[in-house]
Amino acid sequence: MSAKAYIRKQADAKFKLLSSLCQITAKRVRDFINFCAAGFGGGMELIMKRTKGEAIFNVFNISILSVLAFLTIYPFIYVLAASLSEAKYINLGAVWFFPKGFTWDAYLKVLEREGLWTAYANSFFYMIVGTLVNLIVTISGAYPLSKKRLVGRRLFNLLVVFTMWFSAGMIPLYLTFRDYNLLNTRTSIIIGFACSAYCFILLRTYFSAIPEAMEEAAKIDGAGDLYVLFKIFLPLSFPSLATIGLFYAVSRWNGYLWSMILLTDDSKIPLQVVLKKLVVDMSGRMENIGFGREETNYSEETVMYATMVFSIIPMLVLYPFIQKYFVKGVMLGSVKG
Amino acid sequence: MKSQTETISLRKSLLKSKMKQTIADRELYLIMIPFILYYVFFVYRPMGGLQIAFKDYSVYRGINGSPWVGLKHFIAFFNSPYLYRLFRNTIIISGYGLLFGFPAPIILALLLNEVKNKGFKSVVQTCSYLPYFISAVVIAGIVTSFLAPTNGLINIIIEKFGGEKVYFLSKAEWFRTIYTTMGIWTGVGYSSIVYLAALSGIDMQLYEACTIDGGGKWKQVWHITLPGIMPTIITIFIISIGNILNVGYETIILLYQPATYETADVINSYVYRMGIENADYSLSTAVGMMNSVIGFILVMLANTISNKVNDTGLW
Repeated sequence: MSAKAYIRKQADAKFKLLSSLCQITAKRVRDFINFCAAGFGGGMELIMKRTKGEAIFNVFNISILSVLAFLTIYPFIYVLAASLSEAKYINLGAVWFFPKGFTWDAYLKVLEREGLWTAYANSFFYMIVGTLVNLIVTISGAYPLSKKRLVGRRLFNLLVVFTMWFSAGMIPLYLTFRDYNLLNTRTSIIIGFACSAYCFILLRTYFSAIPEAMEEAAKIDGAGDLYVLFKIFLPLSFPSLATIGLFYAVSRWNGYLWSMILLTDDSKIPLQVVLKKLVVDMSGRMENIGFGREETNYSEETVMYATMVFSIIPMLVLYPFIQKYFVKGVMLGSVKG
Repeated sequence: MKSQTETISLRKSLLKSKMKQTIADRELYLIMIPFILYYVFFVYRPMGGLQIAFKDYSVYRGINGSPWVGLKHFIAFFNSPYLYRLFRNTIIISGYGLLFGFPAPIILALLLNEVKNKGFKSVVQTCSYLPYFISAVVIAGIVTSFLAPTNGLINIIIEKFGGEKVYFLSKAEWFRTIYTTMGIWTGVGYSSIVYLAALSGIDMQLYEACTIDGGGKWKQVWHITLPGIMPTIITIFIISIGNILNVGYETIILLYQPATYETADVINSYVYRMGIENADYSLSTAVGMMNSVIGFILVMLANTISNKVNDTGLW
């Protein structure tokens, strides 16, 4: 395809992002209506099917898939309902789909909680700054290594792929952070996990698919490699950048292990680590929770649920974008592992 | 046949042109600096720390001050009562994951593929991969609270059916079931995407030909669909075997307790516990290193086999 058509195609992709959010929401609403209609109208359609066997299979199929869809989102519905319910109803096991004894108390307790806002802000910090750093480091590797003319390309690629299968391990990595005096610093989280080999490969593949003609044309006009990268390749790689950007953002937001290992100050820990403490404390007190506080509307449990809701919200906000880019990226990427 | 001098001058000019290319590409190397720095400082240099597996590492003496003890830690580990338990748990949990968790996404993809209504298909997909993007902590929290002994939903349902409540997470015999089910719930939707992609690559004409030849649904699935996605299935299967030692310890350490170590403790959770919680650095590194090396060999083997079987590999 000609360079012009290629540029136009990429520009279209960019503009679509703005309208895509509205479109996606509208689409989801339409889909849901279709989903319900499938139940009724689909019944009629099925009877018209070629063979009775096929009709039975379709009913069977739709039932199984509906159950699956239900099972995958029900826990989240429960968490939401429970976070808005009075604690005593949770203890009685009366909450199923809707809150009983609607109360915001658990959320108020969460908001009051010492250090929660800090943790939330930390999570955003690690996610946003972290993703930026990730993108910079990944691009800085993927772009040069996508050029076939680069001397030493095979060696570099091999060294990176090797790290996918063999790594130093937890303790050596921990000791490395200690040697760099990076224990208990935000820097360690940001730069210590700056690149995923999987994303690197994805981006490198995408870069190498861009026609060389574009680079040559720019070079003839006297452009340097940096210019070509910024003004030509990056704008054209938006879908791939969005894919790996979302991948990194999700990993950053959800990541808890190394934040827990490396950060000891309560002022630096992200939300997931706070949540972990709540969950672990909860399971530690499991035996006693039946005798929870009767006087208050909240309990350790509902506060935990409310914190969970807090931690899920950004993922839900990103979810339409995740579907659009990330999922498609996995489908088209054909890079496994 | 080239003469000696011709070969030498050929090599010389190759070297010269490579150096010329390198200088011409100097900007590219500059661009690569952040990438190189990251890999050197945070991926390769830590590998140097692996040497403490062969030393009696003490924090005070540092790496260089600690004495060499050769294979002491490896031998200690092989003689320890935990060895059998760790390997057994790792392989069994991986095995369950393979037995139940491997077919599940395939079946899901096949079922989804049969759905004509796009809206329904889309809603099911959207729901099914939601758990994958939720953090391990939240998932562990959900599991913990659903299985809670007094108020957990599961126990409440059991009671309604007349059974007795069970404190599931403290019972070693339940752990593998819980972990495997949780793993399937989290991953089935996301893993099915790869198979759906493969399914969409099967030529429609094959299906039409089959229908014309009088083949019903089952014939179609058996002769067209399954063979069509078999390369994908095989590749992923082989990779999964290669990863058999890498059970996801991040979630296990959130769910296990001393009472369930007997079935829940896997190699990597042991490495974590010995290293981070007990600060037994040398032992933890030794076990971790052994795990990484074996894992590496398995993956290399897996890829070689996959290449032979399939003409596909990972590179």
